Amino acid sequence: MDKANETYVLKMDSIAKEYYGNRVLKGVNLHIHPGEIHALMGENGAGKSTLMNILFGMPVIHTTGGYEGTIQVGGETVKIDTPLKAMELGIGMVHQEFMLIPGFSVTENIKVGREISNPNLVSRIFGRSMESLDFKAMRRDARKALKTIGLQIEEYVKVAGLPVGYMQFIEIARELDKTGIRILVFDEPTAVLTESEADRLLEAMRVISSQGIAIIFITHRLDEVMAVADSMTILRDGEFVARKEIKDTNVVEIAELMIGRKMEKLVDDTTQDGRTIRDDEPAVSLRNYKVNMPGEQVKGIDLDIRKGEIFGIGGLAGQGKLGIPNGIMGLYPTEGQVKIHGQELNLGRLGDALDHKVAFVSEDRRGVGLLLDESIEQNIIFSAMQTNKKFLKKIGWMNLYDSGAAKKHAEEMVETLDIRCTGIRQPVGSLSGGNQQKVCLARALTLEPDILFVSEPTRGIDIGAKKLVLEYLTKLNRELGMTVIIVSSELMELRSVADRIGIVSDGTLACILKPDDSDADFGLAMSGAWKGGKKDA
Amino acid sequence: MNKKKINVWDLLFQNKVVFIFLVLCVAATIASKQPLTFVIPELFTRIARNSFIVLSLIIPVIAGMGLNFGIVIGAMAAQIAIFLTTYWGLTGISGFAATALLTTPIAAFFGFLVGRLFNYMKGNEMIGGLVLGYFADGLYQLLFLFIFGGVIKMNNTTLMIPTGVGVKNTIDLKDTVKYALDTVPMLSIVEVAFYLLLIILACSTAVKLVKKQEVNWKSVIGTAVAAAAVYGLTFIKPVERFLSADRLLLLSAVELGCLATALWQGWGLVRWKIQSSKGEEGQGEPFPVEKAIAYLILAAAVYGLTYVPVLYKVLIAVRLPVMTYLCIGALCCFNNILMKTRLGQNMRTVGQSRTVANAAGIDVDKTRIIAMIFSTVLAGWGQLIFLQNVGTVSTYGAHTQVGQFAIAALLVGGASVQKATNKQALLGIVLFHTLFIVSPLAGKELFGDAVIGEYFRVFVSYGVIAMSLAMHAWKKAEKPKKEEAGSGAGTEAA
Amino acid sequence: MRNPLKPLVGRFGLPRVIIVSFFLFLVAAAGGFHMNLMQLLSDCLRRWGMFGILALAMVPAVQCGIGLNFGISMGIVGGLLGGLIVIQLRVAEYPALVAISPLFAMWVAILIAIVIGVVLAVGIGYLYGLLLNRVKGSEMTVTTYVGFSIIAFMNMWWMLLPFTDGELIWPNAGKGLRNTISLAASFSNVMNKTLAIKIGDLTIPTGLLLFFFFMCFLVWLFMRSKTGIAMSAAGANPMFATAAGINVNKMRLIGTVLSTVLAAVGILVYAQGYGFMQLYNGPMMMGFTSVAAVLIGGASPKRAKITHVLIGTFLFQGILALGLPVANQFIPESNLSEVARLVISNGIIIYALSQVEGGSGRE
Repeated sequence: MDKANETYVLKMDSIAKEYYGNRVLKGVNLHIHPGEIHALMGENGAGKSTLMNILFGMPVIHTTGGYEGTIQVGGETVKIDTPLKAMELGIGMVHQEFMLIPGFSVTENIKVGREISNPNLVSRIFGRSMESLDFKAMRRDARKALKTIGLQIEEYVKVAGLPVGYMQFIEIARELDKTGIRILVFDEPTAVLTESEADRLLEAMRVISSQGIAIIFITHRLDEVMAVADSMTILRDGEFVARKEIKDTNVVEIAELMIGRKMEKLVDDTTQDGRTIRDDEPAVSLRNYKVNMPGEQVKGIDLDIRKGEIFGIGGLAGQGKLGIPNGIMGLYPTEGQVKIHGQELNLGRLGDALDHKVAFVSEDRRGVGLLLDESIEQNIIFSAMQTNKKFLKKIGWMNLYDSGAAKKHAEEMVETLDIRCTGIRQPVGSLSGGNQQKVCLARALTLEPDILFVSEPTRGIDIGAKKLVLEYLTKLNRELGMTVIIVSSELMELRSVADRIGIVSDGTLACILKPDDSDADFGLAMSGAWKGGKKDA
Repeated sequence: MNKKKINVWDLLFQNKVVFIFLVLCVAATIASKQPLTFVIPELFTRIARNSFIVLSLIIPVIAGMGLNFGIVIGAMAAQIAIFLTTYWGLTGISGFAATALLTTPIAAFFGFLVGRLFNYMKGNEMIGGLVLGYFADGLYQLLFLFIFGGVIKMNNTTLMIPTGVGVKNTIDLKDTVKYALDTVPMLSIVEVAFYLLLIILACSTAVKLVKKQEVNWKSVIGTAVAAAAVYGLTFIKPVERFLSADRLLLLSAVELGCLATALWQGWGLVRWKIQSSKGEEGQGEPFPVEKAIAYLILAAAVYGLTYVPVLYKVLIAVRLPVMTYLCIGALCCFNNILMKTRLGQNMRTVGQSRTVANAAGIDVDKTRIIAMIFSTVLAGWGQLIFLQNVGTVSTYGAHTQVGQFAIAALLVGGASVQKATNKQALLGIVLFHTLFIVSPLAGKELFGDAVIGEYFRVFVSYGVIAMSLAMHAWKKAEKPKKEEAGSGAGTEAA
Repeated sequence: MRNPLKPLVGRFGLPRVIIVSFFLFLVAAAGGFHMNLMQLLSDCLRRWGMFGILALAMVPAVQCGIGLNFGISMGIVGGLLGGLIVIQLRVAEYPALVAISPLFAMWVAILIAIVIGVVLAVGIGYLYGLLLNRVKGSEMTVTTYVGFSIIAFMNMWWMLLPFTDGELIWPNAGKGLRNTISLAASFSNVMNKTLAIKIGDLTIPTGLLLFFFFMCFLVWLFMRSKTGIAMSAAGANPMFATAAGINVNKMRLIGTVLSTVLAAVGILVYAQGYGFMQLYNGPMMMGFTSVAAVLIGGASPKRAKITHVLIGTFLFQGILALGLPVANQFIPESNLSEVARLVISNGIIIYALSQVEGGSGRE
């Protein structure tokens, strides 16, 4: 046996993965010692979840052609092709969304699927599934697992009604209860916890690792990494960036490594910038603005976006940047004050933003942005018809669809935006991602808005279309004086087109940066180091 | 004091369906002007007939498949079996046993198919089951009208339509299996139970010996001796005479029940006394003394009540078919014991959350299919019990309303789409069938027409299902909203 | 040229291919038995017009997002009440109207019945819609049982409502309304007879078909109006509609009311073609028949078009019309066609249900 490998409980080497020709992992290494807390860091889309899916042998990997590279667990090369195999190898996962059954007791939840049972006469005939459960032994095991992580709770209480923090601990107890657990993955475990709960969790992680169990800790919070991790691996765009020992590094270096230095202009700045942007003319102003969008909560933001600028809103997934435009458009319950060109929006009235000439291109193209079974024409003219009563002709008392006008307009739009299609009657569901995005844009533009919110404009579209979309947005801003707000997870594109970039972290505005501010600044702002505003240090 | 009052209101509110029906039943009974000596015996007949099939609904509810409208298919399996055994001329209890045996594979196969299909329509099982029932009815008619006699030649003038193709509208069971189960004498039951117990004991001891496991000889011999003693009792003349009957007077049943409770709790008390005097406390669960005393007093009170003339009259008017009630009791036990096995726990897990079950390595689809097989087979047996009591099979109609009425009964007892227990099923049967018995009569007294009462009870059965489904859907639609708010509050605190 | 059927199956779905082949087989069989094809075709056309509007009631329901509306009995009850009132008032026998033309009097009668039915259906449909907005995601299960319940509920009322006309109530001192009410004196066959064309054995119920097409045209117009388009969007993608400032619940309400109203009209058209009005449990399974018809025409629980109604009703009713005489040729005096009806109509619904999530219900 190779001597060097023995020191690693998990060794993943040159792992690569392709989804439909799109390389999402390009030769990543992940090496972990037993009993080590190892942080796995990277922006959204860096490849962390794909890497974990490979580790767990998830079906999504194997139905799309498998992976390349080698995995060694405890020094032995293994092929993990089912989640069951991963479980047998002693790899466990603490899920971000709780895999608990509220109606079951703590014991039942810990033992779910792995109940202890005794044989009886019937089970001898019909097999193991008829064995009777040994509740006593199950309770004993549950108590033991709970004790390991130091959770003071009776094992027979129902999970329903327990505080969120407890649920996380029960999940951990369940993983610990599995025999032979060697590697435990924590996927952003502190995202839903209060600060004191998070502290207790980190403490529990230390206890677990001290028993020789290796922990892979996926998180965005740099302070937590500094507090508990022993070492870390950083990924960026599916590439392996570095493996660092925590004691050899610092926050600024990590932030820089995560963001990366390469900076290419996505947009050729050929158009003349003849704009005058004044601070005292806000197009959108938010005061104590809160949105209850599940998974993207906005928890109180004050922000002024100036008329005629391109404003970027960045930040990691789940931090609340997407909540901002969705709330303004009335898709989720919203509180606070929103002013459009000085006029206050009535947040309780659906469609009020549309009436104030605000248009929105949703990040969820297939879910919110399009009627997939309808034609390109229908999709383009729909909002304008409903909001501005365009493309309608009056016959008697009825407002009927004016297909002539609609056709003319749709054809114009298809031409201007260069939407590749067989005709305006083609259902948008069959278009490519980039062309779908253009249809969404076309619909927003048909509304003739003053302010345009574009959410994740380049998600899931190829590089050529990406460039086109961004250039078009710039053109709209320069030529028509439209205020454009781009919400995006891709810092690079924000930095190449926006005038200013607001970074949202934990539902609040961390700071507003200029596109040419340093990588470390962006990295720190996004990782929650500047929670609630930049500290002048 | 105040606190207690609130609890009472909570209790009323949580069980509002039950209370509404309780009031309705009492009111309708009074309005019908029928004596209890008519209503109660009728009710006990109906309990014996219908309980089994209602209890067969519980497993799918627990496995998260909702109210199983597909039990109609189990009933069809039973009717196919009973037709065949009647055709073959099997009679008596052995004929009934053969029919039950034949029902089992047919119903299991149907249950398997239904389960497979339900896996393709998760979340739509209930409407799917309902439509499937109608669909299966078409195939059933095809079988009975054209295949029996048409494709498979059958010569039997009493069963078949004169042309020889198709089965007659009714199958008379009078000379075959009518009351086959109801009339098993208690003596035979005790006898068979004794031998069965001996066989089981022998088997389990043998298996343990072969596998070189420890055998608790003391308990094995103890059980055998106790069984033999009970069996021996039957040779005493008066006991033998009492047991040779096949029906049990309700009065005797109540008396026996009181006696059994008294003996059981008394024994518990005595044992607890001995233990506590020995100072062995803390071993096992503490014995609930207060509860035991309460039971004793209750037993005494119930026994005392039998001397009330009105009740006495009722109690001697009802004669229970012993074997049938034992079957119902056995199914209740089966439902409970199943939930304490690995399979039962898997069913509960699947019922609560398919995602969690999947993550825990439980084969969700397989578990659901097994639940459907159980339910369909049990429903088939339930239909057999029903038919042997009624005595005739309406070939093309006996199964059609089975699901409808069974589900309504279950819901009246306070069950819901997601939760159902034995108690709810039995309570529901009592309430629903009381209403069924008295509502035509009440209709006649109140509106001068019995038909209106009949329409009322049909409306009740549809209405209670509609209401229950709507409330379930309502809760399901509200839930995501609440969860959003809940998680919002959770992170808000952070 | 390996399997020319494959693309066809892929495009129309297996059940539709089977049903069309079955229909063609029946036509061929009827021809083979030397039956009077023209007469059978007349029967098909008559049934097409009779059932068409009930099936049409599915279109707004499906488009607004509540899915297949098994509960059209809600509207049917409204229509029946309208019919009862008209018969009670003996509108068709008003001398002034009859003087113009007996047919005209019947038209007035049925139109009044329709108006009353529609008014009632709007009210019922509104309440029904409010309920359905509360039970999003389980509409089909709920609509089925709410539909059954209203039938059972009305069964009691049919006994109690104070109608007095001899046509309506049981003749000898019985209580309540009759099971089957003859429309001979009111509006029986009024549409079928209007402008009917007879060519040999073929009878074309022109009036009936025109009325059916007219209703289709109205629905088609509505679906092209601003509200109609908004309603379809709300049904297809509620989030999309919300983002465009559309009140999804309101749109669902409109769709439900419209569906209920069409059901009320549909049952009256059905009744006049049948010549009788069926109370009590008669209309219990109407919802299933209508659902099956649109599904056969190619609709899904998420999308239904008027062409689906036209094709589906024709095929389904055609099979039933042809099925009976053809089956009788095979096995005399059998109700094989009733069996076929049960199997086809419920089979297609089961198929549609199992396809709801793209057929990938397995986990």
